[in-house]
Amino acid sequence: MAADLRARRVSATELARHFLDRIERFDRDLNAFITVTAEQALAQAAAADRRLAKGEATLLTGLPIAHKDIFCTAGVKTTCASRMLDNFVSPYDATVVERLADAGAVMLGKTNMDEFAMGSSNETSFYGPVKNPWNRALVPGGSSGGSAAAVAARIAPAATGTDTGGSIRQPAALSGVTGLKPTYGRVSRYGMIAFASSLDQAGVLTQTAEDAALLLEAMAGFDARDSTSLEDPVPRYSQLLGDPWEDVTIGVPEKFFDGLDADNAAAVRAALAELEKLGAKLKSVELEYIGLSVPAYYVVAPAEASSNLSRFDGVRFGHRAEGAAGLDLTTFYMRNRGEGFGAEVKRRILTGTYVLSAGYFDAYYLQAQKARKLISDDFARAFRDVDFVAGPTTPTPAFGIGQKTSDPIEMYLNDIYTIGANLAGLPAISVPCGFVRNLPVGLQLVAPPLHEARLLKVAHHFQRATDWHRRTPDGYA
Amino acid sequence: MLRPEDIERLCRLARLEITPAEIPDVSAKLSSILGMVDQLQAVDTSGVAPMAHPLERPQRLRPDTVTEVDRHELYQRNAPLVERDLYLVPKVIE
Repeated sequence: MAADLRARRVSATELARHFLDRIERFDRDLNAFITVTAEQALAQAAAADRRLAKGEATLLTGLPIAHKDIFCTAGVKTTCASRMLDNFVSPYDATVVERLADAGAVMLGKTNMDEFAMGSSNETSFYGPVKNPWNRALVPGGSSGGSAAAVAARIAPAATGTDTGGSIRQPAALSGVTGLKPTYGRVSRYGMIAFASSLDQAGVLTQTAEDAALLLEAMAGFDARDSTSLEDPVPRYSQLLGDPWEDVTIGVPEKFFDGLDADNAAAVRAALAELEKLGAKLKSVELEYIGLSVPAYYVVAPAEASSNLSRFDGVRFGHRAEGAAGLDLTTFYMRNRGEGFGAEVKRRILTGTYVLSAGYFDAYYLQAQKARKLISDDFARAFRDVDFVAGPTTPTPAFGIGQKTSDPIEMYLNDIYTIGANLAGLPAISVPCGFVRNLPVGLQLVAPPLHEARLLKVAHHFQRATDWHRRTPDGYA
Repeated sequence: MLRPEDIERLCRLARLEITPAEIPDVSAKLSSILGMVDQLQAVDTSGVAPMAHPLERPQRLRPDTVTEVDRHELYQRNAPLVERDLYLVPKVIE
Protein backbone atom coordinates (compact mmCIF):
# COMPACT_ATOMS: atom_id res chain seq x y z
CA MET A 1 0.00 0.00 0.00
CA ALA A 2 2.85 2.38 0.90
CA ALA A 3 4.56 1.59 -2.40
CA ASP A 4 1.34 2.31 -4.33
CA LEU A 5 1.03 5.65 -2.56
CA ARG A 6 4.60 6.62 -3.31
CA ALA A 7 4.30 5.59 -6.96
CA ARG A 8 1.03 7.60 -6.99
CA ARG A 9 -0.95 4.63 -8.30
CA VAL A 10 -3.46 5.47 -5.59
CA SER A 11 -3.95 8.66 -3.60
CA ALA A 12 -4.24 8.89 0.18
CA THR A 13 -7.71 10.37 -0.33
CA GLU A 14 -8.80 7.39 -2.45
CA LEU A 15 -7.48 5.01 0.19
CA ALA A 16 -9.22 6.84 3.02
CA ARG A 17 -12.50 6.89 1.05
CA HIS A 18 -12.14 3.19 0.25
CA PHE A 19 -11.91 2.25 3.93
CA LEU A 20 -14.52 4.79 5.08
CA ASP A 21 -16.91 3.31 2.49
CA ARG A 22 -16.21 -0.19 3.77
CA ILE A 23 -16.81 0.93 7.36
CA GLU A 24 -20.12 2.44 6.25
CA ARG A 25 -21.05 -0.77 4.45
CA PHE A 26 -19.98 -3.39 6.99
CA ASP A 27 -19.79 -1.85 10.43
CA ARG A 28 -23.53 -1.73 11.08
CA ASP A 29 -23.27 -5.51 11.48
CA LEU A 30 -19.82 -5.75 13.04
CA ASN A 31 -19.93 -2.87 15.57
CA ALA A 32 -16.13 -2.62 15.42
CA PHE A 33 -16.10 1.18 15.67
CA ILE A 34 -17.35 3.43 18.46
CA THR A 35 -16.51 6.64 16.59
CA VAL A 36 -15.75 7.13 12.89
CA THR A 37 -13.77 10.30 12.15
CA ALA A 38 -14.52 10.59 8.43
CA GLU A 39 -14.04 14.36 8.12
CA GLN A 40 -10.74 14.34 9.94
CA ALA A 41 -9.56 11.32 7.97
CA LEU A 42 -10.22 13.07 4.67
CA ALA A 43 -8.42 16.22 5.88
CA GLN A 44 -5.41 14.15 6.99
CA ALA A 45 -5.49 12.28 3.67
CA ALA A 46 -5.55 15.54 1.70
CA ALA A 47 -2.52 16.75 3.66
CA ALA A 48 -0.80 13.42 2.94
CA ASP A 49 -1.51 13.82 -0.78
CA ARG A 50 0.10 17.26 -0.75
CA ARG A 51 3.22 15.81 0.85
CA LEU A 52 3.28 12.90 -1.59
CA ALA A 53 3.00 15.36 -4.50
CA LYS A 54 6.02 17.21 -3.18
CA GLY A 55 7.94 13.96 -2.74
CA GLU A 56 8.04 14.53 1.02
CA ALA A 57 6.49 11.25 2.14
CA THR A 58 7.54 9.88 5.54
CA LEU A 59 7.24 6.35 6.95
CA LEU A 60 3.43 6.13 7.01
CA THR A 61 2.25 9.03 4.85
CA GLY A 62 -1.31 8.38 3.73
CA LEU A 63 -1.73 4.98 5.37
CA PRO A 64 -5.09 4.63 7.15
CA ILE A 65 -5.24 3.33 10.71
CA ALA A 66 -7.84 2.87 13.45
CA HIS A 67 -7.14 3.51 17.12
CA LYS A 68 -8.48 1.47 20.01
CA ASP A 69 -10.76 3.78 21.99
CA ILE A 70 -8.42 3.54 24.99
CA PHE A 71 -5.97 6.00 23.38
CA CYS A 72 -6.70 9.68 24.03
CA THR A 73 -7.35 11.64 20.85
CA ALA A 74 -7.51 15.43 21.08
CA GLY A 75 -10.93 16.76 20.16
CA VAL A 76 -12.35 13.27 19.53
CA LYS A 77 -14.42 11.22 21.98
CA THR A 78 -12.34 8.74 24.01
CA THR A 79 -14.72 6.42 25.86
CA CYS A 80 -12.77 3.29 26.84
CA ALA A 81 -16.12 1.66 25.93
CA SER A 82 -17.52 2.80 29.26
CA ARG A 83 -20.62 4.75 30.23
CA MET A 84 -18.24 6.52 32.62
CA LEU A 85 -16.52 8.24 29.69
CA ASP A 86 -19.42 8.32 27.23
CA ASN A 87 -19.04 12.10 26.79
CA PHE A 88 -15.31 12.43 27.38
CA VAL A 89 -13.43 14.42 24.76
CA SER A 90 -9.71 14.22 25.41
CA PRO A 91 -7.86 17.55 25.64
CA TYR A 92 -4.68 15.92 24.30
CA ASP A 93 -3.29 13.12 22.11
CA ALA A 94 -1.70 9.94 23.46
CA THR A 95 1.95 9.62 22.44
CA VAL A 96 1.02 6.63 20.24
CA VAL A 97 -1.60 8.71 18.41
CA GLU A 98 0.75 11.69 18.09
CA ARG A 99 3.65 9.60 16.74
CA LEU A 100 1.56 7.75 14.18
CA ALA A 101 0.03 11.04 13.00
CA ASP A 102 3.50 12.61 12.80
CA ALA A 103 4.62 9.67 10.65
CA GLY A 104 1.75 10.48 8.29
CA ALA A 105 -0.93 7.93 9.25
CA VAL A 106 -4.57 8.82 8.59
CA MET A 107 -6.96 8.09 11.50
CA LEU A 108 -10.21 6.41 10.41
CA GLY A 109 -11.79 6.31 13.86
CA LYS A 110 -11.84 4.72 17.31
CA THR A 111 -12.48 1.02 17.76
CA ASN A 112 -14.76 -0.80 20.16
CA MET A 113 -13.27 -2.78 23.04
CA ASP A 114 -14.10 -4.40 26.36
CA GLU A 115 -14.89 -1.74 28.95
CA PHE A 116 -11.59 -0.36 30.30
CA ALA A 117 -9.92 -3.28 28.44
CA MET A 118 -11.35 -5.75 30.97
CA GLY A 119 -12.53 -8.75 29.03
CA SER A 120 -11.58 -11.40 26.49
CA SER A 121 -14.63 -11.27 24.22
CA ASN A 122 -15.53 -7.60 23.68
CA GLU A 123 -18.86 -8.30 25.39
CA THR A 124 -18.28 -5.92 28.31
CA SER A 125 -18.40 -2.83 26.06
CA PHE A 126 -21.05 -0.22 26.96
CA TYR A 127 -21.60 0.05 23.18
CA GLY A 128 -22.45 -3.62 22.70
CA PRO A 129 -20.43 -6.61 21.54
CA VAL A 130 -18.31 -6.67 18.39
CA LYS A 131 -19.10 -9.52 15.98
CA ASN A 132 -16.45 -11.83 14.56
CA PRO A 133 -16.31 -11.36 10.76
CA TRP A 134 -15.66 -15.10 10.33
CA ASN A 135 -19.02 -15.85 11.95
CA ARG A 136 -21.12 -13.03 13.33
CA ALA A 137 -22.66 -15.22 16.03
CA LEU A 138 -19.20 -15.47 17.60
CA VAL A 139 -16.98 -13.07 19.55
CA PRO A 140 -13.84 -11.56 17.96
CA GLY A 141 -11.91 -11.93 21.24
CA GLY A 142 -10.92 -9.03 23.44
CA SER A 143 -10.22 -6.62 24.74
CA SER A 144 -8.98 -5.14 21.43
CA GLY A 145 -11.90 -6.87 19.67
CA GLY A 146 -12.96 -3.91 17.53
CA SER A 147 -9.40 -3.48 16.23
CA ALA A 148 -9.15 -7.21 15.45
CA ALA A 149 -12.54 -7.38 13.69
CA ALA A 150 -11.82 -4.20 11.70
CA VAL A 151 -8.53 -5.58 10.36
CA ALA A 152 -10.03 -9.03 9.72
CA ALA A 153 -12.94 -7.55 7.74
CA ARG A 154 -10.53 -5.27 5.87
CA ILE A 155 -12.48 -2.18 6.94
CA ALA A 156 -9.20 -0.87 8.35
CA PRO A 157 -5.78 -2.00 7.11
CA ALA A 158 -4.27 -1.78 10.59
CA ALA A 159 -5.24 -0.79 14.12
CA THR A 160 -3.66 -0.05 17.46
CA GLY A 161 -4.41 -2.15 20.51
CA THR A 162 -3.32 -2.62 24.10
CA ASP A 163 -2.36 -5.83 25.83
CA THR A 164 -2.52 -6.31 29.61
CA GLY A 165 -3.08 -10.09 29.69
CA GLY A 166 -3.49 -10.98 26.02
CA SER A 167 -5.77 -8.21 24.76
CA ILE A 168 -3.91 -7.86 21.44
CA ARG A 169 -2.81 -11.46 20.81
CA GLN A 170 -6.02 -13.27 21.82
CA PRO A 171 -8.38 -11.26 19.55
CA ALA A 172 -5.74 -11.39 16.78
CA ALA A 173 -5.81 -15.19 17.00
CA LEU A 174 -9.61 -15.47 17.13
CA SER A 175 -10.05 -13.03 14.23
CA GLY A 176 -7.26 -14.33 11.99
CA VAL A 177 -4.92 -11.33 12.07
CA THR A 178 -1.37 -10.60 13.26
CA GLY A 179 -1.07 -9.09 16.75
CA LEU A 180 2.12 -7.75 18.34
CA LYS A 181 2.61 -6.90 22.01
CA PRO A 182 6.01 -5.25 22.44
CA THR A 183 8.30 -5.38 25.48
CA TYR A 184 6.93 -3.58 28.54
CA GLY A 185 8.13 0.04 28.25
CA ARG A 186 8.94 -0.13 24.52
CA VAL A 187 5.91 1.99 23.56
CA SER A 188 4.82 4.97 25.66
CA ARG A 189 1.74 4.58 27.84
CA TYR A 190 1.16 8.35 27.97
CA GLY A 191 -2.45 9.06 27.08
CA MET A 192 -3.37 5.37 27.15
CA ILE A 193 -6.08 4.96 29.79
CA ALA A 194 -4.49 2.85 32.51
CA PHE A 195 -5.83 -0.56 33.51
CA ALA A 196 -2.89 -2.34 35.22
CA SER A 197 0.16 -0.11 34.93
CA SER A 198 2.84 -2.77 35.45
CA LEU A 199 1.31 -4.96 32.70
CA ASP A 200 -0.23 -2.58 30.10
CA GLN A 201 1.57 -2.23 26.78
CA ALA A 202 0.47 -0.73 23.45
CA GLY A 203 0.89 -2.61 20.20
CA VAL A 204 -0.71 -3.26 16.83
CA LEU A 205 -3.11 -5.54 14.97
CA THR A 206 -2.32 -5.89 11.27
CA GLN A 207 -2.62 -8.29 8.37
CA THR A 208 1.11 -9.04 8.26
CA ALA A 209 4.24 -8.94 10.40
CA GLU A 210 5.61 -6.53 7.80
CA ASP A 211 2.86 -4.00 8.57
CA ALA A 212 3.38 -4.52 12.30
CA ALA A 213 7.10 -3.75 11.87
CA LEU A 214 6.33 -0.54 10.03
CA LEU A 215 3.89 0.70 12.68
CA LEU A 216 6.06 -0.32 15.63
CA GLU A 217 8.94 1.63 14.13
CA ALA A 218 6.80 4.77 14.23
CA MET A 219 5.24 4.15 17.68
CA ALA A 220 8.15 2.88 19.75
CA GLY A 221 10.78 4.85 21.58
CA PHE A 222 11.55 6.92 24.61
CA ASP A 223 8.95 9.33 25.93
CA ALA A 224 9.76 11.53 28.90
CA ARG A 225 6.04 11.68 29.76
CA ASP A 226 5.95 7.97 30.67
CA SER A 227 8.18 7.21 33.65
CA THR A 228 8.50 3.55 32.59
CA SER A 229 9.47 4.31 28.99
CA LEU A 230 12.65 2.55 27.84
CA GLU A 231 15.51 4.67 26.55
CA ASP A 232 16.96 1.95 24.29
CA PRO A 233 17.23 3.01 20.64
CA VAL A 234 14.50 1.81 18.25
CA PRO A 235 15.76 -0.49 15.45
CA ARG A 236 14.50 -0.02 11.89
CA TYR A 237 12.22 -3.02 12.27
CA SER A 238 10.84 -2.83 8.73
CA GLN A 239 14.36 -2.92 7.23
CA LEU A 240 15.40 -5.99 9.22
CA LEU A 241 12.60 -8.36 8.19
CA GLY A 242 14.27 -9.71 5.08
CA ASP A 243 17.55 -10.52 6.81
CA PRO A 244 18.63 -14.10 6.30
CA TRP A 245 17.28 -16.70 8.66
CA GLU A 246 19.87 -17.27 11.34
CA ASP A 247 20.36 -20.24 13.57
CA VAL A 248 17.07 -20.11 15.47
CA THR A 249 15.97 -22.38 18.31
CA ILE A 250 12.34 -22.39 19.32
CA GLY A 251 11.36 -23.66 22.74
CA VAL A 252 8.08 -25.54 23.03
CA PRO A 253 6.57 -25.94 26.51
CA GLU A 254 4.68 -29.23 26.40
CA LYS A 255 2.43 -27.89 29.19
CA PHE A 256 0.89 -25.54 26.61
CA PHE A 257 -0.65 -28.53 24.86
CA ASP A 258 -2.43 -29.95 27.93
CA GLY A 259 -6.18 -29.45 27.79
CA LEU A 260 -6.00 -27.69 24.45
CA ASP A 261 -8.66 -28.21 21.77
CA ALA A 262 -7.25 -31.15 19.75
CA ASP A 263 -7.71 -29.52 16.34
CA ASN A 264 -6.22 -26.28 17.65
CA ALA A 265 -3.23 -28.26 18.92
CA ALA A 266 -2.82 -29.94 15.52
CA ALA A 267 -2.79 -26.56 13.73
CA VAL A 268 -0.13 -25.21 16.10
CA ARG A 269 2.00 -28.38 15.76
CA ALA A 270 1.78 -28.05 11.98
CA ALA A 271 2.93 -24.42 12.20
CA LEU A 272 5.88 -25.45 14.37
CA ALA A 273 6.74 -28.14 11.81
CA GLU A 274 6.63 -25.46 9.11
CA LEU A 275 9.10 -23.34 11.10
CA GLU A 276 11.32 -26.40 11.46
CA LYS A 277 11.19 -26.90 7.69
CA LEU A 278 12.30 -23.28 7.31
CA GLY A 279 15.39 -24.03 9.38
CA ALA A 280 14.43 -23.51 13.01
CA LYS A 281 15.36 -26.08 15.63
CA LEU A 282 12.61 -27.11 18.04
CA LYS A 283 13.42 -27.89 21.63
CA SER A 284 11.20 -28.84 24.51
CA VAL A 285 11.35 -26.36 27.41
CA GLU A 286 9.96 -26.44 30.92
CA LEU A 287 8.05 -23.48 32.33
CA GLU A 288 7.50 -24.92 35.79
CA TYR A 289 5.31 -22.18 37.24
CA ILE A 290 3.38 -21.05 34.14
CA GLY A 291 0.25 -22.69 35.56
CA LEU A 292 0.18 -19.92 38.18
CA SER A 293 -0.12 -17.14 35.64
CA VAL A 294 -3.93 -16.89 35.62
CA PRO A 295 -4.30 -16.79 39.44
CA ALA A 296 -1.31 -14.40 39.82
CA TYR A 297 -2.73 -12.14 37.12
CA TYR A 298 -6.20 -12.02 38.70
CA VAL A 299 -4.64 -10.64 41.86
CA VAL A 300 -2.10 -8.22 40.37
CA ALA A 301 -4.25 -6.78 37.56
CA PRO A 302 -7.40 -6.09 39.64
CA ALA A 303 -5.25 -4.64 42.45
CA GLU A 304 -3.67 -2.15 40.06
CA ALA A 305 -7.02 -1.51 38.39
CA SER A 306 -8.78 -0.71 41.66
CA SER A 307 -6.17 1.97 42.25
CA ASN A 308 -6.04 3.31 38.67
CA LEU A 309 -9.81 3.52 38.33
CA SER A 310 -10.21 5.49 41.54
CA ARG A 311 -9.70 8.64 39.44
CA PHE A 312 -13.15 8.21 37.88
CA ASP A 313 -15.37 9.97 40.38
CA GLY A 314 -17.60 12.23 38.29
CA VAL A 315 -15.99 15.46 39.52
CA ARG A 316 -13.35 16.56 37.01
CA PHE A 317 -14.68 14.29 34.23
CA GLY A 318 -16.77 11.19 33.82
CA HIS A 319 -20.32 10.18 34.55
CA ARG A 320 -22.30 12.08 37.19
CA ALA A 321 -25.57 10.62 38.42
CA GLU A 322 -28.83 12.61 38.23
CA GLY A 323 -29.65 14.42 41.44
CA ALA A 324 -26.18 13.76 42.83
CA ALA A 325 -25.97 17.25 44.35
CA GLY A 326 -28.21 16.33 47.26
CA LEU A 327 -26.09 13.37 48.40
CA ASP A 328 -23.32 13.17 50.97
CA LEU A 329 -19.88 12.98 49.38
CA THR A 330 -19.30 9.23 49.84
CA THR A 331 -22.71 8.29 48.44
CA PHE A 332 -22.12 10.79 45.62
CA TYR A 333 -18.91 8.97 44.59
CA MET A 334 -20.55 5.57 45.02
CA ARG A 335 -23.56 6.50 42.88
CA ASN A 336 -21.48 8.07 40.07
CA ARG A 337 -19.19 5.04 39.94
CA GLY A 338 -21.98 2.51 40.44
CA GLU A 339 -23.83 3.91 37.43
CA GLY A 340 -20.74 4.65 35.33
CA PHE A 341 -19.05 1.23 35.49
CA GLY A 342 -20.35 -2.06 34.08
CA ALA A 343 -20.50 -5.40 35.90
CA GLU A 344 -17.07 -6.78 34.92
CA VAL A 345 -15.26 -3.54 35.80
CA LYS A 346 -17.04 -3.52 39.18
CA ARG A 347 -15.98 -7.14 39.79
CA ARG A 348 -12.37 -6.31 39.11
CA ILE A 349 -12.39 -3.19 41.28
CA LEU A 350 -13.93 -5.18 44.13
CA THR A 351 -11.45 -8.06 43.67
CA GLY A 352 -8.60 -5.55 43.73
CA THR A 353 -9.99 -3.82 46.80
CA TYR A 354 -10.30 -7.18 48.55
CA VAL A 355 -6.76 -8.40 47.84
CA LEU A 356 -5.27 -5.08 48.91
CA SER A 357 -7.31 -4.73 52.09
CA ALA A 358 -5.82 -5.06 55.55
CA GLY A 359 -5.34 -8.68 56.56
CA TYR A 360 -5.34 -10.05 53.00
CA PHE A 361 -2.48 -8.09 51.45
CA ASP A 362 0.29 -10.61 52.26
CA ALA A 363 -1.71 -13.72 51.45
CA TYR A 364 -2.92 -12.46 48.09
CA TYR A 365 -1.03 -9.51 46.70
CA LEU A 366 2.44 -10.28 47.99
CA GLN A 367 2.07 -13.99 47.21
CA ALA A 368 0.97 -13.11 43.64
CA GLN A 369 4.01 -10.88 43.21
CA LYS A 370 6.22 -13.76 44.31
CA ALA A 371 4.49 -16.10 41.85
CA ARG A 372 5.07 -13.43 39.20
CA LYS A 373 8.79 -13.57 39.97
CA LEU A 374 8.80 -17.39 39.63
CA ILE A 375 7.06 -17.16 36.24
CA SER A 376 9.44 -14.44 35.04
CA ASP A 377 12.45 -16.53 36.15
CA ASP A 378 11.03 -19.52 34.24
CA PHE A 379 11.13 -17.52 31.00
CA ALA A 380 14.63 -16.15 31.74
CA ARG A 381 15.85 -19.72 32.30
CA ALA A 382 14.24 -20.95 29.08
CA PHE A 383 15.84 -18.11 27.10
CA ARG A 384 19.29 -19.35 28.11
CA ASP A 385 18.66 -22.32 25.78
CA VAL A 386 16.23 -21.03 23.17
CA ASP A 387 15.55 -17.83 21.20
CA PHE A 388 11.76 -18.01 21.40
CA VAL A 389 9.06 -19.80 23.30
CA ALA A 390 6.21 -20.86 21.04
CA GLY A 391 2.79 -22.43 21.37
CA PRO A 392 -0.91 -21.76 20.86
CA THR A 393 -2.23 -18.22 21.46
CA THR A 394 -5.59 -19.46 22.75
CA PRO A 395 -7.02 -22.78 23.97
CA THR A 396 -9.88 -22.76 21.43
CA PRO A 397 -11.04 -20.85 18.36
CA ALA A 398 -13.70 -18.12 18.71
CA PHE A 399 -16.70 -18.94 20.93
CA GLY A 400 -20.32 -17.83 20.84
CA ILE A 401 -21.55 -14.42 21.96
CA GLY A 402 -23.03 -14.99 25.43
CA GLN A 403 -21.46 -18.43 25.79
CA LYS A 404 -19.00 -17.57 28.58
CA THR A 405 -20.50 -14.46 30.16
CA SER A 406 -22.08 -16.22 33.14
CA ASP A 407 -18.82 -17.70 34.43
CA PRO A 408 -15.93 -15.24 34.87
CA ILE A 409 -13.40 -18.02 35.49
CA GLU A 410 -14.18 -19.70 32.17
CA MET A 411 -13.71 -16.31 30.46
CA TYR A 412 -10.43 -15.66 32.29
CA LEU A 413 -8.98 -18.99 31.11
CA ASN A 414 -8.98 -17.68 27.52
CA ASP A 415 -5.79 -15.85 28.39
CA ILE A 416 -4.00 -18.83 29.91
CA TYR A 417 -1.24 -18.79 27.24
CA THR A 418 -0.86 -15.04 26.86
CA ILE A 419 -0.68 -13.74 30.46
CA GLY A 420 2.85 -15.06 31.10
CA ALA A 421 4.41 -12.57 28.67
CA ASN A 422 2.66 -9.67 30.45
CA LEU A 423 3.73 -10.77 33.91
CA ALA A 424 7.34 -11.06 32.69
CA GLY A 425 7.15 -7.93 30.48
CA LEU A 426 8.19 -9.84 27.34
CA PRO A 427 7.43 -9.11 23.67
CA ALA A 428 5.11 -11.60 21.95
CA ILE A 429 3.32 -11.98 18.65
CA SER A 430 0.34 -14.01 17.44
CA VAL A 431 0.21 -14.97 13.77
CA PRO A 432 -2.59 -16.81 11.96
CA CYS A 433 -1.52 -20.47 11.69
CA GLY A 434 -4.50 -22.43 10.45
CA PHE A 435 -8.23 -23.03 10.72
CA VAL A 436 -10.26 -25.12 13.12
CA ARG A 437 -13.87 -25.77 12.06
CA ASN A 438 -13.55 -22.86 9.59
CA LEU A 439 -12.29 -20.47 12.28
CA PRO A 440 -8.82 -18.97 12.47
CA VAL A 441 -6.37 -19.87 15.25
CA GLY A 442 -3.02 -18.37 16.17
CA LEU A 443 0.56 -19.37 16.84
CA GLN A 444 2.19 -17.36 19.62
CA LEU A 445 5.92 -16.60 19.77
CA VAL A 446 7.43 -15.00 22.89
CA ALA A 447 10.94 -13.48 22.90
CA PRO A 448 13.39 -12.05 25.46
CA PRO A 449 13.06 -8.32 26.27
CA LEU A 450 13.59 -5.96 23.32
CA HIS A 451 13.85 -8.76 20.76
CA GLU A 452 10.96 -7.40 18.67
CA ALA A 453 13.11 -7.31 15.52
CA ARG A 454 13.80 -11.05 15.67
CA LEU A 455 10.22 -11.82 16.60
CA LEU A 456 8.94 -9.89 13.59
CA LYS A 457 11.51 -11.54 11.35
CA VAL A 458 10.47 -15.06 12.32
CA ALA A 459 6.81 -14.12 11.85
CA HIS A 460 7.64 -12.59 8.47
CA HIS A 461 9.51 -15.69 7.29
CA PHE A 462 6.57 -17.83 8.45
CA GLN A 463 4.15 -15.60 6.54
CA ARG A 464 6.25 -15.80 3.39
CA ALA A 465 5.90 -19.58 3.51
CA THR A 466 2.19 -19.71 4.45
CA ASP A 467 -0.97 -17.91 3.40
CA TRP A 468 -3.15 -18.17 6.53
CA HIS A 469 -2.79 -14.42 7.11
CA ARG A 470 -4.09 -13.67 3.60
CA ARG A 471 -7.40 -15.48 4.05
CA THR A 472 -10.35 -13.11 4.21
CA PRO A 473 -13.70 -13.99 5.78
CA ASP A 474 -16.53 -14.69 3.32
CA GLY A 475 -18.39 -11.57 2.31
CA TYR A 476 -15.54 -9.20 3.17
CA ALA A 477 -13.24 -9.77 0.20
CA MET B 1 -18.35 -17.53 50.33
CA LEU B 2 -18.49 -13.79 50.91
CA ARG B 3 -21.43 -12.63 53.04
CA PRO B 4 -23.66 -9.75 51.95
CA GLU B 5 -22.10 -7.54 54.66
CA ASP B 6 -18.61 -8.31 53.26
CA ILE B 7 -19.77 -7.12 49.84
CA GLU B 8 -21.28 -3.97 51.33
CA ARG B 9 -18.06 -3.21 53.17
CA LEU B 10 -15.97 -3.77 50.01
CA CYS B 11 -18.30 -1.55 47.98
CA ARG B 12 -17.91 1.22 50.51
CA LEU B 13 -14.10 0.86 50.47
CA ALA B 14 -14.14 0.92 46.66
CA ARG B 15 -16.71 3.78 46.51
CA LEU B 16 -18.95 1.66 44.33
CA GLU B 17 -22.72 1.46 44.67
CA ILE B 18 -24.46 -1.79 43.83
CA THR B 19 -28.14 -2.50 44.27
CA PRO B 20 -29.31 -5.05 46.88
CA ALA B 21 -30.59 -7.19 44.01
CA GLU B 22 -27.06 -7.41 42.56
CA ILE B 23 -25.45 -8.60 45.81
CA PRO B 24 -26.04 -12.38 45.47
CA ASP B 25 -24.55 -12.47 41.95
CA VAL B 26 -21.59 -10.24 42.88
CA SER B 27 -20.96 -12.34 45.97
CA ALA B 28 -21.07 -15.65 44.05
CA LYS B 29 -18.77 -14.45 41.26
CA LEU B 30 -16.31 -12.72 43.56
CA SER B 31 -16.16 -15.84 45.74
CA SER B 32 -15.39 -18.01 42.73
CA ILE B 33 -12.64 -15.60 41.58
CA LEU B 34 -11.09 -15.63 45.06
CA GLY B 35 -11.37 -19.42 45.08
CA MET B 36 -9.47 -19.57 41.80
CA VAL B 37 -6.67 -17.24 42.98
CA ASP B 38 -6.41 -19.35 46.15
CA GLN B 39 -4.34 -21.77 44.03
CA LEU B 40 -1.47 -19.40 44.82
CA GLN B 41 -1.51 -20.51 48.45
CA ALA B 42 -0.26 -23.98 47.49
CA VAL B 43 3.08 -22.68 46.17
CA ASP B 44 6.15 -22.48 48.32
CA THR B 45 7.49 -18.95 47.78
CA SER B 46 9.81 -18.75 50.76
CA GLY B 47 12.91 -16.78 49.83
CA VAL B 48 11.34 -15.42 46.61
CA ALA B 49 11.52 -11.65 46.20
CA PRO B 50 8.16 -10.17 45.18
CA MET B 51 8.19 -8.72 41.67
CA ALA B 52 6.25 -5.48 41.43
CA HIS B 53 7.31 -4.53 37.96
CA PRO B 54 8.99 -6.01 34.85
CA LEU B 55 11.67 -3.31 34.67
CA GLU B 56 14.32 -3.76 37.27
CA ARG B 57 15.63 -0.25 36.83
CA PRO B 58 15.62 2.76 39.13
CA GLN B 59 12.90 5.33 38.54
CA ARG B 60 14.04 8.14 36.27
CA LEU B 61 14.17 11.63 37.80
CA ARG B 62 13.51 14.91 36.06
CA PRO B 63 14.46 18.47 36.96
CA ASP B 64 11.99 20.06 39.34
CA THR B 65 10.74 22.73 36.96
CA VAL B 66 7.28 23.76 35.81
CA THR B 67 6.58 22.32 32.37
CA GLU B 68 2.79 22.59 32.19
CA VAL B 69 0.91 25.68 31.12
CA ASP B 70 -2.49 26.67 32.50
CA ARG B 71 -5.13 25.02 30.33
CA HIS B 72 -7.90 24.78 32.90
CA GLU B 73 -10.57 26.03 30.52
CA LEU B 74 -9.90 23.19 28.09
CA TYR B 75 -9.67 20.62 30.88
CA GLN B 76 -12.85 21.79 32.57
CA ARG B 77 -14.89 21.27 29.41
CA ASN B 78 -15.14 17.61 30.46
CA ALA B 79 -16.34 18.43 33.97
CA PRO B 80 -20.00 17.67 34.73
CA LEU B 81 -20.44 20.88 36.77
CA VAL B 82 -18.20 23.95 36.92
CA GLU B 83 -18.85 27.41 38.33
CA ARG B 84 -16.36 30.30 38.26
CA ASP B 85 -13.56 27.87 37.25
CA LEU B 86 -14.34 25.62 40.22
CA TYR B 87 -15.47 21.99 40.13
CA LEU B 88 -18.74 21.63 42.01
CA VAL B 89 -19.30 18.75 44.44
CA PRO B 90 -21.89 18.16 47.18
CA LYS B 91 -21.44 20.26 50.29
CA VAL B 92 -18.71 18.71 52.49
CA ILE B 93 -18.42 21.20 55.38
CA GLU B 94 -21.49 22.43 57.28
